[in-house]
Amino acid sequence: MSYTILKKAQVAPNEYDIWIKAPQIATHAKAGQFVIVMADENSERIPLTIADTDEKEAIRVIYQVVGTSTEKLARLAEGDAISNCAGPLGKPSEIPRGKQTLVIGGGVGIAAILTIIKTLKEKGNHVTTILGSRDSEHLILEDEIRQIADETLVYTDDGSTGKKGMVTDGMKALFETGKQFDAAWAVGPTIMMKFCSLVAKEQDLLIWTSLNPIMIDGTGMCGGCRVKVKDTIKYACVDGPEFDGRYVDWDILMNRQKQYLKEESESKHVCKLGGINPSQSKEGES
Amino acid sequence: MNAHERKKLRIPTHERDSQRRKEDFFEVNLGYEEAEAVNEAERCLQCTNPLCVKGCPVNIDIPGFIKKITEKDYKTSGDILKQYNYLPAICGRVCPQETQCEGACIMNKMKGFQPISIGKLERYVADWNRDKTNSKKEVKITGTVHKKVAIVGSGPAGLTAAAYLAERGFEVTIFEALHLSGGVLVYGIPEFRLPKDVLKREISDIEKLGVQIKNDYIVGRTITIGELRDEFDAIFIGIGAGTPRMMGIEGSELIGIYSSSEFLTRINLMKSYDFPRHDTPVRVGKNVIVVGGGNVAMDSARSALRIGQTIQFSDHDTYHPNHVKVVYRRTESEIPARIEEYHHAVEEGIEFHWLKNPVEYIGENGQLKAVKVQHMKLGEPDNSGRKRPVPIDGKFEVFDVDTVIEAIGQTPNKLLLESFPQLKLNRWGTLEVDQNLMTSVEGIFAGGDIVTGAATVIEAMGAGKQAAKSIIGYLSENLHHQK
Repeated sequence: MSYTILKKAQVAPNEYDIWIKAPQIATHAKAGQFVIVMADENSERIPLTIADTDEKEAIRVIYQVVGTSTEKLARLAEGDAISNCAGPLGKPSEIPRGKQTLVIGGGVGIAAILTIIKTLKEKGNHVTTILGSRDSEHLILEDEIRQIADETLVYTDDGSTGKKGMVTDGMKALFETGKQFDAAWAVGPTIMMKFCSLVAKEQDLLIWTSLNPIMIDGTGMCGGCRVKVKDTIKYACVDGPEFDGRYVDWDILMNRQKQYLKEESESKHVCKLGGINPSQSKEGES
Repeated sequence: MNAHERKKLRIPTHERDSQRRKEDFFEVNLGYEEAEAVNEAERCLQCTNPLCVKGCPVNIDIPGFIKKITEKDYKTSGDILKQYNYLPAICGRVCPQETQCEGACIMNKMKGFQPISIGKLERYVADWNRDKTNSKKEVKITGTVHKKVAIVGSGPAGLTAAAYLAERGFEVTIFEALHLSGGVLVYGIPEFRLPKDVLKREISDIEKLGVQIKNDYIVGRTITIGELRDEFDAIFIGIGAGTPRMMGIEGSELIGIYSSSEFLTRINLMKSYDFPRHDTPVRVGKNVIVVGGGNVAMDSARSALRIGQTIQFSDHDTYHPNHVKVVYRRTESEIPARIEEYHHAVEEGIEFHWLKNPVEYIGENGQLKAVKVQHMKLGEPDNSGRKRPVPIDGKFEVFDVDTVIEAIGQTPNKLLLESFPQLKLNRWGTLEVDQNLMTSVEGIFAGGDIVTGAATVIEAMGAGKQAAKSIIGYLSENLHHQK
């Protein structure tokens, strides 16, 4: 099996949008699911949400370079193959029919809401979207999402595009106008999902959040991705990744995400990318 | 000691010095030299009614392969082994021989005698054949059957079923969820007990029989059981007991608490002992507690010991041994671990604390700082026949630690089972099968830990072989009906 990178584009500083040839995954993937990717045989197993699928042939993932393994991934060009890609993993999103829905995406998490919005629209839901990012440079997929969603609001920290503020400001603004929703989704940095969940809780609104704890196998084998939801231990990889954010213990999740920060920077400082020909790298191309 | 006296005792194998070996992940046991293997083989009484064969879950012709060692005909000896066991280099290393073939050996009953070292002889022959017959490996396939069998999981059960069927001409495809093949042999058992090169060679022998292994295939997700049924004539499920059982006590979410599955997967599958050359790290503190008394607990404890000494981030020249304790709620005589592995752990300096059981994890800023254990005593025997551990009221002890590894067992992985609810489960949550290892769904067979709950490599292999025979029976009957 050769998981060739069919298309690659840089969509923001340190963020890449790639299509990987993986027909078996493309034909089985549903909104909300993820894949585990290994750039080469020494890489970590990195979980990435499936952002889109194409012609039952390829899957699309958008990722941010955060550690050695994602950096290796970024060094691969169109036509190169990644060593492994397994999925689709996790439970699909619970998509209602004909409801009023609110979908919030922050940073690289916007990639994860694309298929959710698409599937919601296919099932006849009304979709209001709030996109948030640091600045205009980091805002991804805005045009694609505007074309699908019924309504799209944009917030940036510096106000360089859309309104200045955070996605929770957008939520509050919508609620103040008296807008009612049957279900919501929020995918982005953990801290953003936590605060979106707090706002939703005040409104008694179901809010699905896609949790991203440290994971290894992604199939329920290691228990490393355990999270606490409604006071019970769940494995994000097989019981999730989407959980009702109102009941997630966010502080535990954020603490467990910090486990390997020291090693991550250690790994990046060690020069071990020498095996990859720098000329193959097309970083910066879009 | 005269020659006769010497014959009473088994010839020991070479082991690496316990103080040196705990610095690395290289194999601990070095096996026999040729002369030693021949001498050990000559001790065998060649019983006409061999008890050892009955003690072996796959009924290897043990006197037969040992006889060939005395004749120095290692090739034929290896062929005999492979008739019964496709993974002899692995079994020779990881089987609990003391409770199986060697435990049954008649010499146990003879005063002053020790049983034959069957496992070490098996290993000698398997390694000899691996080294000496490398590229010339003959593949013997008896006829071709135009029947396709799908095997789910590339662990010992799946590999054995696949090899048995492929050798008889069936078209076999193994679907493996992980990027490397071998199941528990690759993610569970550490390099110092089972070098991954040994595993790779055994798997490549099986591939030479025509078995195709598809990695990154999560059955139930990447391909469904329904799709497999459309494409294949029979299915064997050998997915093991793949979800960790955890204590679930207060503080379980703190950083520093691992399931043995996560800990060993990081080390074995992801090779974090070789971090940062491999990208996946494993963090182990200076004071470690392992909970449990089985082989997985021994593997975890000995790995934790080694990690402390092989990963130095800043100071490569300093020697910082980890302090590793094993706490077990029963006593030394109840531990399920192989005695050899327990001895290795003791030699390497691991401390054992009997009759203690964790009741609470104590943290500071989200990081584990201490473990509170309750003292236990042994009560009446339970269903397993072992004495039940009973907590002693008010008797607690606190250990300062930064890492805990819970090795208290596994339960079935629900991913596949939930995706195909037609498969009937029993009350332990494992798959229900009939005497032919067929599940409640016709044409779907199962064996190994997913049926029995966590057991041994060789028992899983035995089940794989039995299922393969049943599949042949089922498919030939099926062929009959169609005519």
